[in-house]
Amino acid sequence: MDIQLTINDISLKVPEGMSILDAARTINIDIPTLCYLKLNEMHYNNNIASCRVCVVEIEGRRNLASSCSTPVSSGMVVRTDSLRAIQARRAMVELLLSDHPKSCLTCAKNQDCDLQSLASELGVRHISYEGEESEFEIDKSSSSIVRDPNKCIRCRRCETMCNEVQTVGVYSAVGRGFETVVKTAFDLPLSQTACTFCGQCIAVCPTGALTELDQVDKVWKALNDPDQFVVVQTAPAVRVALGEGFGLEPGTIVTGKMVAALRRLGFDRVFDTDFAADLTIMEEATELVHRIEHGGRLPLLTSCCPAWVKFFEHQFPDLLDIPSTCKSPHEMLGVLIKSYYARTLGIDPKTITVVSVMPCVAKKYEAARPELSQGAETADVDIVITTRELIRMIREASIHFDHLKEQEFDHPLGESTGASVIFGATGGVLEAALRTAYEVLTGETLEKVEFEALRGMDGLKEAVIPISGRDYRAAVIHGLGNARTVLEKIRAGESNYDVIEIMACPGGCIGGGGQPYHHGNLEILAERAQGLYREDRAKPLRKSHENPAIIGLYKDYLGEPYGERAHKLLHTSYVARKKI
Amino acid sequence: MCDSASPNQFAQKLDSYIDSLTHKKENLIGVLHYAQEIYGYLPDNVQWHIAQRLDIPSAAVYGVVSFYSFFTMIPRGEHVVNVCTGTACFVRGAEKLKEELENQLKIKAGETTPDNLFTLETLRCVGACGLAPVMIVDGEVHGRMHEAQDINEVLAKYRPES
Repeated sequence: MDIQLTINDISLKVPEGMSILDAARTINIDIPTLCYLKLNEMHYNNNIASCRVCVVEIEGRRNLASSCSTPVSSGMVVRTDSLRAIQARRAMVELLLSDHPKSCLTCAKNQDCDLQSLASELGVRHISYEGEESEFEIDKSSSSIVRDPNKCIRCRRCETMCNEVQTVGVYSAVGRGFETVVKTAFDLPLSQTACTFCGQCIAVCPTGALTELDQVDKVWKALNDPDQFVVVQTAPAVRVALGEGFGLEPGTIVTGKMVAALRRLGFDRVFDTDFAADLTIMEEATELVHRIEHGGRLPLLTSCCPAWVKFFEHQFPDLLDIPSTCKSPHEMLGVLIKSYYARTLGIDPKTITVVSVMPCVAKKYEAARPELSQGAETADVDIVITTRELIRMIREASIHFDHLKEQEFDHPLGESTGASVIFGATGGVLEAALRTAYEVLTGETLEKVEFEALRGMDGLKEAVIPISGRDYRAAVIHGLGNARTVLEKIRAGESNYDVIEIMACPGGCIGGGGQPYHHGNLEILAERAQGLYREDRAKPLRKSHENPAIIGLYKDYLGEPYGERAHKLLHTSYVARKKI
Repeated sequence: MCDSASPNQFAQKLDSYIDSLTHKKENLIGVLHYAQEIYGYLPDNVQWHIAQRLDIPSAAVYGVVSFYSFFTMIPRGEHVVNVCTGTACFVRGAEKLKEELENQLKIKAGETTPDNLFTLETLRCVGACGLAPVMIVDGEVHGRMHEAQDINEVLAKYRPES
């Protein structure tokens, strides 16, 4: 049933149950918000009305109402632009600022901060309130996420993301009154909790309370060290988001410019994580066939995503035998750079620094996992920076990104197929695996390489693929809450999938916690995914097993896929962890 | 942390209480009450254990414990002394009463004496406004606590006879 109401003298009809905020948006009246955030595609809804910034005046009511949480009612007369509403909003922001560090100029979120933009939009020119300021310790315990509770405005967006979408439950509002702040259980440092470091809390934090651990200076140091041979690799999802940092439309493919920029920054070699994605397909597809032929446990779960890996280690320690043992692509490339490529060049692996540019903050944690190194001193990957950090580096170096001439990745670890490019979007790994599995198992050419059923933002996508007389039941999951549902079914023996792709971040890596901020606009993620599919279509080779550099690598160095040397270098093991 | 097993009897008692509940998650506050009754307070490992048994994130359990002033995460003394800081007691000298208690017990509100005998806390209105200012020891209300001498006499009743 539709409800008739008036907003700012405009009469309108909207469905029952709609909030005043959403109703106003249907007639292009944008009421400012801060804590409120709704991301339909992720089933994320934070409307706890804690900030009171979206207040409006309703005729006949004594108090102002928060428009995000007040539903419309018949005959309601709303004013969003009355003096009282405008002054109240400004007062709310001033109150928030009165207990907020005034260090905007040096904050990691400077010019990307919702609180800062709001203060500017609402015309806050001075802070009328002076009072107590919170003092909390900054948590730098993890290799991925920095928590500065002093900058927390108690909007609880992170808590909603962590508890409801990801079902990890690391955060909770703790204390009461002025002392309330979002914390971990028992004030533990993040590194001692079940945090997966997916970074989705960072992606929705409106201020600088949650940010990535900045490693830019570490990269600059390596680049300026004459004794270090510095190799960089870039993940698939970076090339369709990096341009956003330089005013380009989301989804613009900037692969060539990115490579040129990396060379300008001084990297000795620019390789592509896509190469290792093709390699992952070879290993994972072979592992799947091996499990099927030898009666191994099914389903096989993909293991490219370090946040997902940490999630199952904490939440499903009894199921450690079902994920694939494949290292994630950038770790595979790291170890190959320090073994195969170091041998080719004839240099000591200890003098090589491998830098990964990732859309992800969990990759920072992953690179520090002790088992992902060859001896104590040589980690497979030395430094991980996010897409955001690379944007900063390019700016710091005064490079005009837009004017760069496109360049190619270095050979041989820069060659890739279309199959590897789509790793960056949910469903891409499985689609790539099926392209190869089909041809390997049937010996026939797969004509239609696109598996449309596996694409898009649905939390669970399924397909049954007949290959050589056997039906392969495949599923694609993104978002850890969706993963939990399926894992619980597997635990209960109620699932009959053969293979499942799982990514922690909604949308896959294109929506990673290290990507340029979407500020609540998920269209950006869809554009990035389309960018990857365009890049796939433009590639001459679109199946991993056709990558000539991969074929060469197995011939010259690795031997058989899933063979002895591949096992030693490209596979890993998992650890049972506690749920805190 | 969180590993150290609590005294077995306590843990068994708590577990059988949780087992007896049809609705577990919904009864978090009841379970916390019960646990505090057994243990005297709610240490991290007990909260963590409850989180596992109720299938609730431990951060959420910690959030609830930290919200309600009834719950305590530090062990309490044998006797809990509360000063009412409600409006009536406040205007009739609750602050002075609190300071006098702090003075006599040589601890601050929220702390426990080194001999573990007394814990000093504050609470809001107990409905004995006619007797303001009041102090409550182990649930027993003592009114018109203006004089240091009177306060001392009340405390003496709870000290072991020497």
